[in-house]
Amino acid sequence: MAEALLDAPTPIATSRPADRNRIRALLAQPKVVFAGGFILFLIMLAVFAPLIAPRDPLEQDLLAGTLPPMGFTGAEPGFVLGTDDLGRDVLSRLIFGTRIALIVAFVASALAALLGTLLGLFAGYFRGATDAAVSRLVEIWMAFPPVLLSILVVAIMGAGVGSVIAAIAIIDWTRFARVVRAETMAQAQADYVVAARVLGFGRLAILFREVLPNVAPVLLALLTLEMGIAVIVEAILSFVGLSVSSDTPTWGGMIAQGRQIIHQAWWVFAAPLAALFATVLAFNQVGDGLRRALDPVMQR
Amino acid sequence: MAIVTLFGVAVVVFLLLRVAPGDPVAMMIAPGASAHDIAELRARYGLDQPLLVQFGIWLDGILHGNFGISISLRRNVLELLTERLPATLELAIVACALAVLLGGATAIAGTLIRRTRGEAVIDAVNGLMLAVPDFVWALAFVLVLGVLWPVLPLSGRSDPSVDAALSTHFYLFESLITGRFGIARDTAAHMVMPALALALPLAAVIIRILKEALSEAMIQDYVLVARVKGMTELRLVAGEALRNAVGPTLALTGVQFTFLIGGTVIVERIFAYPGIGSMAIDAVINRDLPLIQGLVLVFGALFVLINLAIDAGVAALNPRLRHG
Amino acid sequence: MTAPLLSVSHLSAVSSRDVEGAILRDVSLSVARGEVHGIVGESGAGKSTIVKAILGILPGGIRLTGGAIALEGRDLLALDPDGRRHVLGAEVALIPQDPLTALNPGRRIGAQLTDGMRLWRGLSGAAAEDRALALLHDVQMREPTRVMRAYPHELSGGMRQRVLIAAAFALDPKLVIADEPTTALDVTVQKQILRLIRSLQEQHGTGVIFVTHNLGVVAQICDRATLLYMGRVMEQEATATLLERPRHPYTRALIAACPRYDRPGQDLTPIPADVIAACRAEIASLDPAEASHG
Repeated sequence: MAEALLDAPTPIATSRPADRNRIRALLAQPKVVFAGGFILFLIMLAVFAPLIAPRDPLEQDLLAGTLPPMGFTGAEPGFVLGTDDLGRDVLSRLIFGTRIALIVAFVASALAALLGTLLGLFAGYFRGATDAAVSRLVEIWMAFPPVLLSILVVAIMGAGVGSVIAAIAIIDWTRFARVVRAETMAQAQADYVVAARVLGFGRLAILFREVLPNVAPVLLALLTLEMGIAVIVEAILSFVGLSVSSDTPTWGGMIAQGRQIIHQAWWVFAAPLAALFATVLAFNQVGDGLRRALDPVMQR
Repeated sequence: MAIVTLFGVAVVVFLLLRVAPGDPVAMMIAPGASAHDIAELRARYGLDQPLLVQFGIWLDGILHGNFGISISLRRNVLELLTERLPATLELAIVACALAVLLGGATAIAGTLIRRTRGEAVIDAVNGLMLAVPDFVWALAFVLVLGVLWPVLPLSGRSDPSVDAALSTHFYLFESLITGRFGIARDTAAHMVMPALALALPLAAVIIRILKEALSEAMIQDYVLVARVKGMTELRLVAGEALRNAVGPTLALTGVQFTFLIGGTVIVERIFAYPGIGSMAIDAVINRDLPLIQGLVLVFGALFVLINLAIDAGVAALNPRLRHG
Repeated sequence: MTAPLLSVSHLSAVSSRDVEGAILRDVSLSVARGEVHGIVGESGAGKSTIVKAILGILPGGIRLTGGAIALEGRDLLALDPDGRRHVLGAEVALIPQDPLTALNPGRRIGAQLTDGMRLWRGLSGAAAEDRALALLHDVQMREPTRVMRAYPHELSGGMRQRVLIAAAFALDPKLVIADEPTTALDVTVQKQILRLIRSLQEQHGTGVIFVTHNLGVVAQICDRATLLYMGRVMEQEATATLLERPRHPYTRALIAACPRYDRPGQDLTPIPADVIAACRAEIASLDPAEASHG
């Protein structure tokens, strides 16, 4: 994923473009507007799922099992995306599935960002032993396959949304720590930090009042990209059977279930996969757009 | 440095598993076993010792080539690893090769047709590719190439008869070397979807970074001089610019190669491909401590080796570093 | 009289970005076989645009609006890319401005010296290598066998420029374009390089276009020179005439502005403002369409 591209610190902007210009640069990208609109749409779906979904996502009707989506022979009106083998409405399950996906996306990436940013700021600003310790920890962390580590964490903590969120935060903080560390190192050399130091501000005050705001743009882009990654990790854990209980509809769980009956009812597999794809793409496009809009170099 | 990282990995995984609630022995005993039986089992796997002693025993064993006995499979862990690792290595090597070929060719083609509509198409498609992770690619392949238009086998590594016919666990490489192309073809067919799913995210990053490095190189004076010598455009890109673009690209994409190794875990699971990745998921779900420890150590070693190889590659590709 | 080696006639060019309008205005010049022809002017005068037009490597923002370029009577502007590639490769060579960036850092000197010979003369590896060694000897390179195996970063700027000169004369081209080849070098090295180019040029009977902003360099190496200002030919004369009996006020001002090594300590004379104004007025009067821009 594009995250590797963020590793190089951005050259320091001598004069930060006005925030209004940044927003304008962001909205000038049609991809970003479209993707952002899609994410808003997903949030609406998640919040108003009971009102929007045509049926109860858990309601089984064994007589209406494996109905194909509209437009295919054998489809029945009222089941737009068909039904699964237990006769549950795929569309309704898809809509309710946005809830878990978005909760995990927002909470887990926020936690990962918090953890990684703090460690990255300290490592990049204080350097020395702090930096050595954090860098070593990052390296050890990266030696674990992330999927394996997340499964390990969830297996230890027990299945559930909380464990999934914890797993993502515990694993993906390194993405933030790496980038924030590099960025902080670059910013700490800048004149305004030296000036603040000469004025006698404390180290922590400088770090949070002077350095953090300048690291924030990169952080925001990274956070958005991380949301897409979190959605994927949740889906992977659901797919392996380690996310929430099977009663709650999740995209990953639907995919795992659809994989079992893929030869009888491919749509049970295809619908959540498409939703997953679109969501990841949307977060990625917004994140990429943010990066372009906030990056002083790319604005030229 | 590499050793420190590996040791850190060992410590982290060891602690993670020991602080976890739940008893690994609980799931391997038959219902109605006596407390005495349980205690005996715990003693057999060393689980009744203090933490530090357990770690010491395990570390000592590893240094002597003894990774312990898998609890769930009841087999020697080292044996299991040597059986399964070749499958994952073959898959990862093929995926890397695919990614480098695909990414390299696309970046070169994009540079050849720069400032045309074709380049815009490449950039747009690559923008999509950068967003899609291996998990989604793998599932999409299952749906499209496995079910809707079933041209490729959906799971496994080869036809079951193959196992007996070969003497190593490197099915593809061995069959290619010994000229048994029927087996090679069968193994390769099983490998296409998982390898592509692993390769595409890496290829996307290679395209992005290599293309940027190439267009940077193409405006250098030495390319102008070569152009005046009458070289073709292809030779300017692939002969003059490429050799100066590959080193920086490798340095910037290095971390992505390690992501590919991590990706084998879920991709192998999706295609029921019998490598160490799919075994790792089962090991975690079964709380098979010795097996998990062995597997994580192998993944850690792969990570360290890849990083060393990339550092060596970057140095070898830079004439300034090559000549000290 | 037969056709000159190179003739540029009535060449005009515009830039899409430049508000000043035309960047070449009706430029004509010709280079005879065995002649060193200087193109002199300040930066922005259009020297490099002429060179790039001859080489067919004009950047996207610059467009030729008229005129012709012919090499031995063949119209270069009418060639397709492949035809141009053949002419450029075998008959025209370039000595670039900055030797530090003009050699591929990732390839050995030997490979960069021999690839033209392999490409256009069909020489085998060993034959090309022998020829390259002889060339390095011709440009007075010490330890040529070691240099062949070296990478560019192992050589000094002067050595790299010798390599580039050797590469330029490798195929015995009809025309060599030297684009300010000494600007990036130390003054002491400059003289050696100029002498080297002159002697190789005489030895091979090559026509040379020598681009420079330095009239002192013109005096040392050029047979004739074309003086450009704002894309317009100001004066075109044999070097001796140009320097000793300059007709144009701009030429006189340029000569006065030259640093004199024989009179150290003397202040540099800037080109007087009235001369500049006169030049601009002259350009405007010659080309009424441009008058509104000036």
